[in-house]
Amino acid sequence: MAGHAKTDRPNQLFRNLNSKIASIPMILTAVVIFLGGTLWTVVYSFTNSKLLPRLNFVGLDQYERLWAAPRWIVSIENLAIYGFFSLIFSLVIGFLLAALMDQKIRFENTFRTIFLYPFALSFIVTGLVWQWILNPEFGVQSVVRSLGWTSFTFDPLYTPSIVIYGILIAALWQGTGLVMCLMLAGLRGIDEDIWKASRVDGIPAWRTYGQIIIPMMRPVFITTLVIIASGIVKVYDLVVAQTSGGPGIASEVPAKYVYDYMFQAQNLGQGFAASTMMLITVAIIIVPWAYLEFGGGRKRV
Amino acid sequence: MSDIAINKPVVAMSGPKGRKPKPLLSPRNIMIYGTLFVAAAYYLLPLYVMVVTSLKGMPEIRLGNIFSPPVEITFEPWVKAWATACTGLNCDGLSRGFWNSVRITIPSVIVSIAIASVNGYALANWRFKGSELFFSILVVGAFIPYQVMIYPIVIVLREMGIYGTLTGLILVHSIFGMPILTLLFRNYFASLPEELFKAARIDGAGFWAIYFRIMLPMSLPIFVVAMILQVTGIWNDFLFGVVFTRPEYYPMTVQLNNIVNSVQGVKEYNVNMAATILTGAVPLIVYFVSGRLFVRGIAAGAVKG
Repeated sequence: MAGHAKTDRPNQLFRNLNSKIASIPMILTAVVIFLGGTLWTVVYSFTNSKLLPRLNFVGLDQYERLWAAPRWIVSIENLAIYGFFSLIFSLVIGFLLAALMDQKIRFENTFRTIFLYPFALSFIVTGLVWQWILNPEFGVQSVVRSLGWTSFTFDPLYTPSIVIYGILIAALWQGTGLVMCLMLAGLRGIDEDIWKASRVDGIPAWRTYGQIIIPMMRPVFITTLVIIASGIVKVYDLVVAQTSGGPGIASEVPAKYVYDYMFQAQNLGQGFAASTMMLITVAIIIVPWAYLEFGGGRKRV
Repeated sequence: MSDIAINKPVVAMSGPKGRKPKPLLSPRNIMIYGTLFVAAAYYLLPLYVMVVTSLKGMPEIRLGNIFSPPVEITFEPWVKAWATACTGLNCDGLSRGFWNSVRITIPSVIVSIAIASVNGYALANWRFKGSELFFSILVVGAFIPYQVMIYPIVIVLREMGIYGTLTGLILVHSIFGMPILTLLFRNYFASLPEELFKAARIDGAGFWAIYFRIMLPMSLPIFVVAMILQVTGIWNDFLFGVVFTRPEYYPMTVQLNNIVNSVQGVKEYNVNMAATILTGAVPLIVYFVSGRLFVRGIAAGAVKG
């Protein structure tokens, strides 16, 4: 695997041998797990495997069944809503917080510590805390009602039509700190002279942000976007902890569909087809970015 | 870009005064600090609610509201969450999950960092034909949803006879930690002055001698960053824990979820919140202790991940 031994130089394989030996775990992981595993799943998504994987090809059957399944459609819709709003809100909130933090404020470290600590917590912890805060009997709803507004209704976790927004609240709480940090790093990377120049020209700060700083931070935005987006597609633990996909199937997401079909419904083919769809989604996000980032000439480190 | 360096603070908005903050109560400051304080309150609220709830007795929870501080502080929920809470399978609380998580996290962190640092070193200093290709596959692979690779890994582990064991899970964590860690180490080693490496080569040091006697001692900060990244990442993992272990080896996150979301019995919210804090405690402590290094870790991991 490693050497690409040329026929005319038989000892090519043994040059730099230690390095090759040391790279065996990486090579195995890259080739067997990442490449091999992915291909394996894609290939088996065209079979009718049930309890055990079997190479009995049935064409696009699994995909037809997948897109006919109400639960999958709900999952995709949820992912779309969740993804759209979590992209918008985490970018906007993250950038605003970073811009505020960049005003030479006092206690910057304290604020950053506060904004970022949820990111250290797992999605399970996040989901359970917000499950409790949004609990209709004891949480926000009951507190507001006990203040006198008795008709106040805020019960996302038990209302199918808005349950995904309840999950969104928790996800934003967990993830915006990271976006803020990335944005702040981006803002700090901008030359101070630009601010001086724009001040000399009498341009108001908000316009400097809108027309100079944000366009200059394009790479940071794109990278952040890719990070958030590939995280969105994977969302799983949060939903499991916060709602277990309920009420009914109202907060199902694709990653949960995959898990449930592979390990609980014993319907491997469906699981493989669904995970292949997830792969395609990620590819749509990643390929253009990778092309932009690494395609035109290498800039490294 | 990936480094959160402390550049000179950017002077922004109006005012010619430069460095010194303006009088504390200018409208601008009120707006900035006001917004930041409101945001900070929002971020702190769940932590506060967790702590407060976990210190109340159930009768008080049923009567009061979740934001009020406890009238009568009790540590019973904590004891119960740790030692006797039921998951549906057994009733020995989170302690089992905690020790499982410890037994998963420590070896996984060590193995994954050992492998990735050597990989990164090979990639930075001892390139061979194809090494960059494998590395690219690895980095692109980091974006592939885990769900796509789970089942093939189950098969591989089953063939190796370690499916469902801690060893299997440790292997899985090492595999999925590899892309980000390798990237981290490769970039770090590549940034060290090449003369060092060349001088050692001239003195006759080989692959391992240079790694252990020059690279390793020079790179302790990056090892700490990698450790922070891995400890929090592996401790917080849920999916791999569910998929690759048997119930008796479930890590803390899985057990926490089973305790809180178990359908039988009366819901004891105070115990649930105590359990939630206990599970979040390890990464939180790591986070608060490590401070800037944590930020550096996620920035390094994230920005070019």
